[in-house]
Amino acid sequence: MAARRAWELIGPVLLVAAVGFVGSLTSGSMEFQFRSVLVIATIVVALHVFVGNSGVISFGHVSFVVLGAIAAGVATTPAEIKARSLSELFPFLLDLQLSNIESLVLAAVLGGVFAFLVGVPIMRLSGLQAGIATFAVIIITNNVFRNWDRIGPAARALGPIPETTGFLQATIGLVLVIVVAYGYQRTRMARMLRAAREDPAAAQSSGVNIYRQRLLAFTLSGAMAGLSGGLLAHLLGSVTTEVVFLDLTFITLAMLVVGGIGSLWGAVVGALSIAGLNAFLAEAEREVGVFGFDIDLPSGTRLVVLGIIMAAVLLFRPSGLTGGRELSWPFARRGRVAPGG
Amino acid sequence: MTDLIQSLVDGVALGSLYALAALGIGLVFGVMRLINFAYGEVITAAAYTLLLTKDLNVGLRILLAVAVAVALSLVMEFVFRPLRVATPATMLITTFAVSFLLQNVAVLWFGTQGESIGFLSDLNRAFEIGGIRIRWITLVSILVGGAFLAAIAYLLDRTDIGLQMRAAASDFTTARLLGVRATRVIIFAFILSGVLAAVVAMMLAVQRPLATPTFGFFVVIPALVGVVVGGLDRLLSATIGGFVIGFATVMLSDLLPSQSRVFLNSVLFGLVIVVLLVKPNGLFLRGAATAERL
Repeated sequence: MAARRAWELIGPVLLVAAVGFVGSLTSGSMEFQFRSVLVIATIVVALHVFVGNSGVISFGHVSFVVLGAIAAGVATTPAEIKARSLSELFPFLLDLQLSNIESLVLAAVLGGVFAFLVGVPIMRLSGLQAGIATFAVIIITNNVFRNWDRIGPAARALGPIPETTGFLQATIGLVLVIVVAYGYQRTRMARMLRAAREDPAAAQSSGVNIYRQRLLAFTLSGAMAGLSGGLLAHLLGSVTTEVVFLDLTFITLAMLVVGGIGSLWGAVVGALSIAGLNAFLAEAEREVGVFGFDIDLPSGTRLVVLGIIMAAVLLFRPSGLTGGRELSWPFARRGRVAPGG
Repeated sequence: MTDLIQSLVDGVALGSLYALAALGIGLVFGVMRLINFAYGEVITAAAYTLLLTKDLNVGLRILLAVAVAVALSLVMEFVFRPLRVATPATMLITTFAVSFLLQNVAVLWFGTQGESIGFLSDLNRAFEIGGIRIRWITLVSILVGGAFLAAIAYLLDRTDIGLQMRAAASDFTTARLLGVRATRVIIFAFILSGVLAAVVAMMLAVQRPLATPTFGFFVVIPALVGVVVGGLDRLLSATIGGFVIGFATVMLSDLLPSQSRVFLNSVLFGLVIVVLLVKPNGLFLRGAATAERL
């Protein structure tokens, strides 16, 4: 039984490790694509911690990603470059110099604090209202970051940020987030939250404080999203507010749903498959350019194919690729279905 | 004083535009419980139709824009059929995926640069009454918006299909049990919302004559927010919600000091959050019947 339970964690970790390993054998732009798949999967797992357990859709998580990315970026961009190109920053931000790991910790802490502050009012809402309120959060965050040049790059690009998100770091980051997500999922608090997801009235009458549990999951998930933002900044080497905005919001949500809302396995599978497909198509587009058939192949082709596939999965398999269940022990005897968690 | 009146007039104009979009969203939501993010792309499609028919005469262009919007709306109705039994989360994200898809089709087809639509641009000229400059399009927006709202109110209030739609909107299951044909009502709602999308596209095309892949998206987002803020469960409250968002946008941007005007969206969406917290069922729903949902 213990082996079966552990498989819910070991399965995704093995898959991620395999992707990381295969990726580390590639080179050039393909190698970059593999690393970005890992980082995007980190965002999706962070999102899952809240959305999967609470059943509430959050359009706001990219706020924590963008905060993490800008914080990590500002903290690691060389001081002399900041003084030149981002001179409007608050003085303490101009002076701030952190190492790579410190900047990731900072990103996670800020993501968590921000999520907590936002969650205190918003977690009282549910359903569509919660969706719209979290959507308002991402709009506000983007609006502030884009126009307030004392805390970030505003409308310019932030960088050069040291590109330290290599394979090892990307893989470790993702595995870490998966382990935390799994650890949280097994706690009593997460069970209470899932009970509230299935039947709010029953959960409440059994003494579950839905607001408190949602706030906790939101904060944890925000910290993880902040961390993945830090990883993203160190992956890209330069960040603009537009890169981390609505497109990313919806792509990550779609990955979650394509994989199957409600399970960690679904989040990992959805993220890796869609992000992998995305990377593959991006490479394919480039390839065509290389052979000189059509240098200006519109970059939209990739997104159109991606959109068709996402819409098709959602329409014809609405519970996602995994059906929202955890990975089950592959050698189980028939007739004994492990509960989905 | 004249400044204030000027703002009020502009606010009413943008408000009626958003109210039309909100009504288009609300009609479909009423019969299907579906928030259609891809509604913006119906508006965009109508705008591109106006662009592609530049050389034709105005009447024909209007006709074609309506036809394309209704056709796309009907295709969406068909595509979204499997969603009738899906969870709200899946519904929401599927329509978003469709919106994302159509936007990227537009990028592929027309590029992101934007092309000038050139539709009735004469309406941008202004006339002056007592020191207030009013553009013709402002007047036309208010009149057309008001006329369509009245027409749809009449339709819902006085016709059989309207009665069925209202019945379906307030309790879909019971309505079906009483003999309302679900598919027929849903198709009708999509047709109406398609017509409204074309109207919104035309009003907008005069004022912002650049057809881009996100032409409709950035109308639908505030309209959608207005729908939820106003209260989804009634068409009237949803429509008023759309109006209020448009009106508030103009008023806020005129009231805010010019250097903080860039933060208009923050103020607006901050207010949205406050409203949701204070009245989660909608600003304009009196004696909300729905219990506090968790």
